[in-house]
Amino acid sequence: MNHAQVPLAEGLNALIAGLILISAFAMVATRQMQGVLRFFVLQSALLATSSFLIGYSRHSIHLLALGFITVAAKCIAIPWILKRTLPSEVYERREIEQVLNIPSSLLLALLLAIAAEFIVGPIAGVSSDPVIQVNLPIGLAGVLIGGYSLIARREALPQLIGILAMENGAFFAGIAIAPELPLIAELAVAIDVVLIAVVVGVLTRTITRQIGTTSPALLAELKEEPQAWR
Amino acid sequence: MLRTVGYNLIQLLFVIGFAPLYAGVLSRFKENVQSKRGPSILQPYRDLWKLFHKNEVVSSETTWIFRATPYLVFVVPLFVTSLIPVLTDYPLAFAFMGDMLAGGFFLALGGFFAALAAVDTGNPYGPMGASRTRMVGFLAEPVFMIVFFTVSFVAQSTIPYIVQQKWVASPAAFFSPAHILLLIAFLMLILAEGGRIPVDNPTGHFELAMIDESKGLEYSGRGAALMKWGGQMKFLVLTCIFLNVLLAPWGLTHGQQLGNVLLAVPFILVKILFFVIVLVMIESSLAKLRLFRISEFLGAAFIISVAAMIASIFSGAA
Repeated sequence: MNHAQVPLAEGLNALIAGLILISAFAMVATRQMQGVLRFFVLQSALLATSSFLIGYSRHSIHLLALGFITVAAKCIAIPWILKRTLPSEVYERREIEQVLNIPSSLLLALLLAIAAEFIVGPIAGVSSDPVIQVNLPIGLAGVLIGGYSLIARREALPQLIGILAMENGAFFAGIAIAPELPLIAELAVAIDVVLIAVVVGVLTRTITRQIGTTSPALLAELKEEPQAWR
Repeated sequence: MLRTVGYNLIQLLFVIGFAPLYAGVLSRFKENVQSKRGPSILQPYRDLWKLFHKNEVVSSETTWIFRATPYLVFVVPLFVTSLIPVLTDYPLAFAFMGDMLAGGFFLALGGFFAALAAVDTGNPYGPMGASRTRMVGFLAEPVFMIVFFTVSFVAQSTIPYIVQQKWVASPAAFFSPAHILLLIAFLMLILAEGGRIPVDNPTGHFELAMIDESKGLEYSGRGAALMKWGGQMKFLVLTCIFLNVLLAPWGLTHGQQLGNVLLAVPFILVKILFFVIVLVMIESSLAKLRLFRISEFLGAAFIISVAAMIASIFSGAA
């Protein structure tokens, strides 16, 4: 680490990167569905802030617009849609069944974060840009941890949040390496993400109405009488 | 040389004098947030005054450990105080007597004797609380170690004064993901070690649920006062490490004159006031964890601290 003066915006971006990693861990560690959703909103808000900061320091109007899109899509639209489509008893549930218990999940998430640093270390070293060196490993760690919660969670809503968290991680790495990506591509992704939330939300709502659970693990067989799963 | 010894004494007096005030402000604010009026912020001083003027009752079954422990618990935070920057940002006379690990060991020594004393009386609640404190302690220990190792890896030193200088001198190290991960891990650690709310309820009076508090149940009079005061000082010392060494290494005096050192006192108090507000927000918005969830809480702190270590190693290599 060199002793040169760091621009404040990029310095704050580095601190936010740490918070994004923590919120990724928090999503793995939280039991309540409500809590998982809240941490996702927090992570998205941090992501938008990071996008504003980098946009400000690089004078990139794209990144500023991207920050607004993130706030609109992930902090407002997705929570609202998920609240509206899913019945409230989904959120009242406390314990989410997981394949592994929470301490081992956290350890695995840590291993994934270490792996991300190992993989990205040589790549990020090529560039001397501090933003890339900060964002790339933590973005990749976000992708891997989101993918892990997609595997380990047993309920539909946290799995959806896992997908969205993967997207968040990719986004965080993306704003560092390709800040001048055409806005249309980002818009498409943002709308895509909202659409995923709508589709999964409606699907889960229907499944919950039919068989009273949101756990895909119980949906292994196709059967006529829904009573079998109750 | 003599002057820095004097400043060290001023730091000790600061910690001794303001530790009860810190506890008082914290409990007052917390009550206010819960829309109660709350005790006066000077109440801890009055409690100490009252306890010092009461007779002490010591069970005839106890040994010297029970008698010696209050003094040890009172003195140990003072040893740590002489190692850390409380008011000045340049090393004082005793700064190189020990590093952060020594500070950790000192605090652990106090905790160890407090646990022994709790077992010593034969009161059933004492050993129960003591064993719980040990459980929290041994889960917190690795986090302490890794936080210290990471900090010393970044600063190339384990002396708290030099670490503090490093954050001021090198914004690149200050503004790094590792730094904020360290901060969060250490904050969780302070909550666990200080017996604050997600881990333990400091205002609870129900013996079966106590963790930290039950060690002092058997003490009366002067012993109880020293145990209480020592606990408050330990919390203030941990807060000073967190604020002055890790979170906000500004506001410490750089001047060599006595006036400068005294002028740093209000700055540090303002910093602590902000920290009190954050603590009140944490304590009022969370519920106490069940006993076996504490391992998850500290496990999360461990994960975060290891992530900080990894991030700092890789960003250091790059």
